[in-house]
Amino acid sequence: MGRLTLGYFLRRFSIFLVTIWLAATLIWIIPRLAPGDPITAMVGRMIRQAGYVENSDIIIEGWRERFGLNDSLPVQYVRYLGNLVRMDFGYSLAYFPTTVGEIVGRALPWTVGLLLVAVTITFFLGNFLGALLAWRGTPKLVKYLIPVGMIFTSIPSILAAIFLLYIFAFFLDWFPLTGAYKAGMTPSLSIEFITSVIHHGTLPALSVVLVSFGYWALGMRGMMITVEGEDYMHLARAKGLNPLYVLYRYMIRNAILPQVTAFAITLGTLVSGQVLVEYIFAYQGMGNVIFSALRNQDFPVIQGTSFILILMTALAVLIIDLIYPLIDPRISYERS
Amino acid sequence: MTTSWNQPPVLKVRGLKVYYETPKGDVLAVDGVNFDLFKGETLGLVGESGCGKSTAAMGILQLVTPPGRVVDGEVLLEGHNLLGMSEQALRAVRWIKLALIPQGAMNSLNPTMKVSAQIKDAIIAHEGKQANKGIKPRILELLTMVGLPGRVYDLYPHELSGGMKQRVCIAMAIALNPTVIIADESTSALDVVVQRVVAQTMLKVKDALGVSMIMIGHDMGLMAQMVDRIAVMYAGKIVEIAPVKEMFAEPKHPYSQLLIESVPSLKERKPLKITEGITHDPRNPPPGCIFQLRCPFVMDICRVQPPVMRETNEGQLVACHLYPESVDGSLINVADVARNP
Repeated sequence: MGRLTLGYFLRRFSIFLVTIWLAATLIWIIPRLAPGDPITAMVGRMIRQAGYVENSDIIIEGWRERFGLNDSLPVQYVRYLGNLVRMDFGYSLAYFPTTVGEIVGRALPWTVGLLLVAVTITFFLGNFLGALLAWRGTPKLVKYLIPVGMIFTSIPSILAAIFLLYIFAFFLDWFPLTGAYKAGMTPSLSIEFITSVIHHGTLPALSVVLVSFGYWALGMRGMMITVEGEDYMHLARAKGLNPLYVLYRYMIRNAILPQVTAFAITLGTLVSGQVLVEYIFAYQGMGNVIFSALRNQDFPVIQGTSFILILMTALAVLIIDLIYPLIDPRISYERS
Repeated sequence: MTTSWNQPPVLKVRGLKVYYETPKGDVLAVDGVNFDLFKGETLGLVGESGCGKSTAAMGILQLVTPPGRVVDGEVLLEGHNLLGMSEQALRAVRWIKLALIPQGAMNSLNPTMKVSAQIKDAIIAHEGKQANKGIKPRILELLTMVGLPGRVYDLYPHELSGGMKQRVCIAMAIALNPTVIIADESTSALDVVVQRVVAQTMLKVKDALGVSMIMIGHDMGLMAQMVDRIAVMYAGKIVEIAPVKEMFAEPKHPYSQLLIESVPSLKERKPLKITEGITHDPRNPPPGCIFQLRCPFVMDICRVQPPVMRETNEGQLVACHLYPESVDGSLINVADVARNP
């Protein structure tokens, strides 16, 4: 166990950069493997719709020039990478002249805010319940009740969302049906606005928590049972330590390690949003952006969101690489 | 040696029974074990794998986990019965009176805690929170006692060798100066050189502190050098207890004889003696003597009546029909017959 060395950080960071570069290159290459080009296809669609488009050749040629498709592939590639570095993904096709950056910039905070809270709650709740399921000191009644609570795990999140909407928004009218905040409100940092955001976010967050906490609970239970069989558990009991201390410091502390890795990866994929949940609640997050981009064949938006997703996943892996040696002393910062 | 034979024993085990529940009935892993442990004494508990020695240790420590359960018996530690004590009362006794040097040296330490923290938590659990200033020198002294350098204090278990980990476990066991230490195959996972060094460390520490020790193992050679008395276990029962000299000079029970004859020798190749017969189903022991199926001297009475523990000579107790009391009260010595059937 050593402290975080500059060498280790640089090694991990270069792996991070290489990952991003490879992924970005793939996103660039794959569409270009397909025959034809998007401009011809677009003008072709216009011709089919309108019957005849005057000077279509000139239009095609002009747009090809405008989008830089006449340059050689290496030039296009370098320009593409340059744009990525500046986070410039071009214009949305469906909402021209809005840029992809603007669309993503508007949606991303909502999704990250909603899902970060939901996924974090899920992680802690799931692991806590999983630990209780495996722990010997847990009251029998709790052990029987937890699996009952986990029936939602076997339900798709859309059904859970509809179920929650029906009970709490439609029938009981405790929560609003749609939106991220009260219509007509201007986003600000006022208490009123924040309350509205929490009020609107509760059901979407709850549907994510309900559907996925069982996954963490089962994983944690398995890990706890493995740890329970370890020799150091015997010794911990023989030492006459406080059972709660043993649970926390000996069992959970060791059982949680693989869960933390899985959590980091979950956080990375979080920016793609819960497409269906966001759609059902008409929540203005990334899930909705991706959903409508796919429907409108809005390629720049798809490309931009894919890249953000890759970036976040790689970032999450980088962060976990950097903090993992702190939570598991067996992983060393030193080069082995 | 500080063993005091004439004082009351510090640990009295009476009729200890630990069974494991299986779908086809209980496995009688420990089935009525009796022995005494005196102050400063080292008692060796030997027997083949699966004979119940570790289970007996867990029974004494009250650490039997499901599917196992303590069915019956008494474990009197300085007069107090550990069986039936509440978990809370038991916790107060643990480590202060009764410490464990565990079996698997490799996995007996928590991988996510520093060595010092794992010794510290035992101290704090029983003495309450205290300043690091007081505890650190104490832990360093413990480490020195078991021959570990001070730098081990800040290391994690994975940074130690097997022998070092086992020494940490010894240091941990003596941290609160317990009355009784149970060493459960503490040296079995180590190579002979390290085994010897660790065993010597254990004896040195034991003599310095005057604790009593139960040493569980299957290595008769190592036992001969380390313990004062040996108890031989077979199929959940102790079949013979004797001072180590008598046990090796004149083992009385046929199983003890076979066990001692089977100690491998460098000078000659000899066949393993204990191969005849099979062990009975531990769920369903035969009536009479438990060793009857493998005993070379099995008699009719052995199949009917279980033998009782008898003292054949000073300090040597054996449960075998070969040593009945004769009419005049003296014992018929059939040991010679037993050795040359």
